[in-house]
Amino acid sequence: MSEEKMITVYIMGKAYQVPFGLTIMKAMEYAGYRFIRGSGCRAGFCGACATVYRKKGEYKFRTALACQTTAEDGMYLAQLPFVPANRKEYNINELDPEKNVLSEYYPEINRCVSCNTCTKACPQELDVMYYIQAAIRGDYRQVSELSFDCIQCGLCTARCPAEITHYHVAQLARRIYGKYQLKVPEHLEKRLKEIEEGKFDEEIERLKNMSIDELKSAYVQRDIEKIPRGEVSDE
Amino acid sequence: MKLIGGYTEEMRESIEMVEKTRDERMKKSFPPMSLEEREEVLNKYHPDYKPDKKRAVKVGPNKGDLAPHEVVDLLEAYPLIDPKEIDLKTIDYDVDLLIIGGGGAGTVAALWANENGVPAENILMATKLRHGDANSMMAQGGIQAADRPEDSPAIHYLDVMGGGHFANKPELVEALVKDAPFILKWHEELGVQYDRNPDGSYVERPGGGTSRFRLHSAKDYTGMEIMRVIRDEFRNREIPVLEFTPAVELLKDSEGNVAGAVLFNMETEQYYVVRAKATVLATGGFGRLHIQGFPTTNHYGATADGLVMAYRAGAKLRDLDTVQYHPTGAAYPEQIVGLLITEKVRGMGAQPVNKNGELFVFPMEPRDVEAASFIRECARGNCVETPTGMKGIWLDSPMIEEIEGEGAIKRNLDAMYRMYKRFGIDMTKDPILVFPTLHYQNGGVEIDAESRTSVNGLFAGGEVEGGVHGKNRLMGNSLLDYNVFGRRAGISAAKFASKRSKPTGLNLKHVDSYIKELEKAKVPKERRSPMLLPDYRGEKVLARMLDIF
Ligand SMILES: Cc1cc2nc3c(=O)[nH]c(=O)nc-3n(C[C@H](O)[C@H](O)[C@H](O)COP(=O)(O)OP(=O)(O)OC[C@H]3O[C@@H](n4cnc5c(N)ncnc54)[C@H](O)[C@@H]3O)c2cc1C
Ligand code: SF4
Ligand code: SF4
Ligand code: FES
Repeated sequence: MSEEKMITVYIMGKAYQVPFGLTIMKAMEYAGYRFIRGSGCRAGFCGACATVYRKKGEYKFRTALACQTTAEDGMYLAQLPFVPANRKEYNINELDPEKNVLSEYYPEINRCVSCNTCTKACPQELDVMYYIQAAIRGDYRQVSELSFDCIQCGLCTARCPAEITHYHVAQLARRIYGKYQLKVPEHLEKRLKEIEEGKFDEEIERLKNMSIDELKSAYVQRDIEKIPRGEVSDE
Repeated sequence: MKLIGGYTEEMRESIEMVEKTRDERMKKSFPPMSLEEREEVLNKYHPDYKPDKKRAVKVGPNKGDLAPHEVVDLLEAYPLIDPKEIDLKTIDYDVDLLIIGGGGAGTVAALWANENGVPAENILMATKLRHGDANSMMAQGGIQAADRPEDSPAIHYLDVMGGGHFANKPELVEALVKDAPFILKWHEELGVQYDRNPDGSYVERPGGGTSRFRLHSAKDYTGMEIMRVIRDEFRNREIPVLEFTPAVELLKDSEGNVAGAVLFNMETEQYYVVRAKATVLATGGFGRLHIQGFPTTNHYGATADGLVMAYRAGAKLRDLDTVQYHPTGAAYPEQIVGLLITEKVRGMGAQPVNKNGELFVFPMEPRDVEAASFIRECARGNCVETPTGMKGIWLDSPMIEEIEGEGAIKRNLDAMYRMYKRFGIDMTKDPILVFPTLHYQNGGVEIDAESRTSVNGLFAGGEVEGGVHGKNRLMGNSLLDYNVFGRRAGISAAKFASKRSKPTGLNLKHVDSYIKELEKAKVPKERRSPMLLPDYRGEKVLARMLDIF
């Protein structure tokens, strides 16, 4: 990287020389592009930088996140800043999780031809086709697990021959699973009740009224829960 | 350059030392610092404690207060728009509630305003990128809430105050810790999924400076999980949103209340006038100012716009003299420099070690102390140097697998694992290299417990506001912050809007008088703000740019 090896990338067909060792996003900026669309978190969490590309000499149509992929010599790059995907509106409080809500709202999932194109397109390397299969069965839990790391970039949807909007289906499934099938922990319910009853008010009031010196000494004296691995010492 | 498993040969030699000391270190511990020791390392090594990196603001409500040069440069700057050129007679959007910023705080404010009687069509959200392209989407580690029997909101309170150097505003901390369990319950009702133990209780982990295990996470995609659920709910309620259309200036009415904003469509370059009975500021932080040249963890739009706009409208700011540097930003490979390595990596047992494989600090000090200790270790010459000249400390990630068993990293830190794998490094087998990175705006626009700023009609929630975290935020408290104060902002703004009639006499007089102050203070004319977006174009291109189209 330090010797500034230059490579050629083709941004929407136009050739630019950029140093090797940059992400696609930074390579485009080096070449003079200032993003309005196509750059969000810049760290692989938001899906704003969905990119389609091909490498010189290859026929294969590839997908990537521009912020998480190193630019290579001979890449033909284009961004996909928006996917006009169909999303259904619903009231989460009025769904019946006993039924297959996914199939009801997104009947097109049943048209999946199992071509696996979505899985191949996913920059998060998720088993997209499998979660669509799980959606067809109405298995909210499995859709949740398989789709959990979905950053909603839309690349799967852009490639699907059956016009399935995978990431919206998955979002619905995860919310149903989270709301109806995961139970609210007892310790949380208990704490809410305690707060409502004002159990901690007096103590917080006392802390609020302390001088900084009093607070400091309370802080220093507070007991620290042990990390159960011998990492915290009492020395 | 030859790379072995992603690392150079020199780095490999140091990794061998890390491996050699691992078994010994696993059994060992390092004592936490006393308050005096903390003070000392901060004074000597924390970037914030360098007096020449800050200056006093010359204009506005915080005249005389210190802030980093990069922030002062934006506060002491002329507006992007010329007030005379804006036609305020034609109103493009006439609403009850304007929400500026489409991250977590803005979304929560919209939902709770809607819940409190403002119909969706009377709300407008304006945001700079897409809805959800925000720091909120990127949070990895988790959210704090004192919900275990061993814990209490009072203990949480004490941790927050201590972490913030006791400079926090008590009423805000009280609201933060008392609302926290309620926020989790609300998330449950919306369908957010937090990690569970087999018995159904939450998995809760320690964070730097917390005296109890109270960090709730959703793998290392916690921010994303919350953000995508609340955004989904927002969409279900059909609340209108304008993307790529940031606010560039607040508007006031004839009585001096904030009454909307001027928006700028970055794609068509057209402006819009929004009249609103109440306005919520939720524009997030300022990582993209690259204070003192640090890389940042923040999203592309974190440029302090909200601070600038609120300040011109007369809002008081606070605690802007401190900046949070996260101890563990990626220092290698070059492609990901500055990106966040969640504190959860240390929370799960990975120790920070120097180039000789030695543990040199308690792994879970508050962030500022931990970061300063890393910088001190480098000053002692114990850092690893990368091929591009970055310095770094090892984070001994393979320890996690030894402690929690094989597969623990993939189960709990999938985002981290994936990111390193993309660049040829397997963090389950090799340590990763880290160095402090610019992470969080500790201070901001001062609010009270109802999320009111010092200017009537303007409410604020999330990273843009200040007072909650004092001089230093603890991990997991800002996801909490945006939920607690985003909600309070939404509710307060809804109440405020319901009690008033449509604003009249829209004006930008506050901007005119601010310009006069700037002129008096002889601020250089070319300085403009808000920044909206950073400019990362190559130098060669910029040097030959023509402004003719
Ligand atoms: C990588 C990373 C990891 C983190 N991890 C954690 C964690 O584990 N736990 C924790 O508690 N906190 C964490 N934080 C901090 C936390 O995520 C943020 O502080 C919090 O989400 C801020 O929420 P917000 O809504 O105030 O701001 P944001 O989510 O940043 O939203 C602000 C929005 O306003 C937009 N905007 C900016 N200017 C304008 C304008 N002029 N007009 C209109 N819109 C504008 C922005 O583009 C953005 O969409 C992390 C932060 C980062 C960056
Ligand atoms: S791309 Fe579409 S049709 Fe093909 S497997 Fe995926 S969901 Fe099914
Ligand atoms: S599942 Fe689809 S939307 Fe989600 S990350 Fe993969 S390609 Fe993107
Ligand atoms: S910019 Fe967010 S994933 Fe690339």
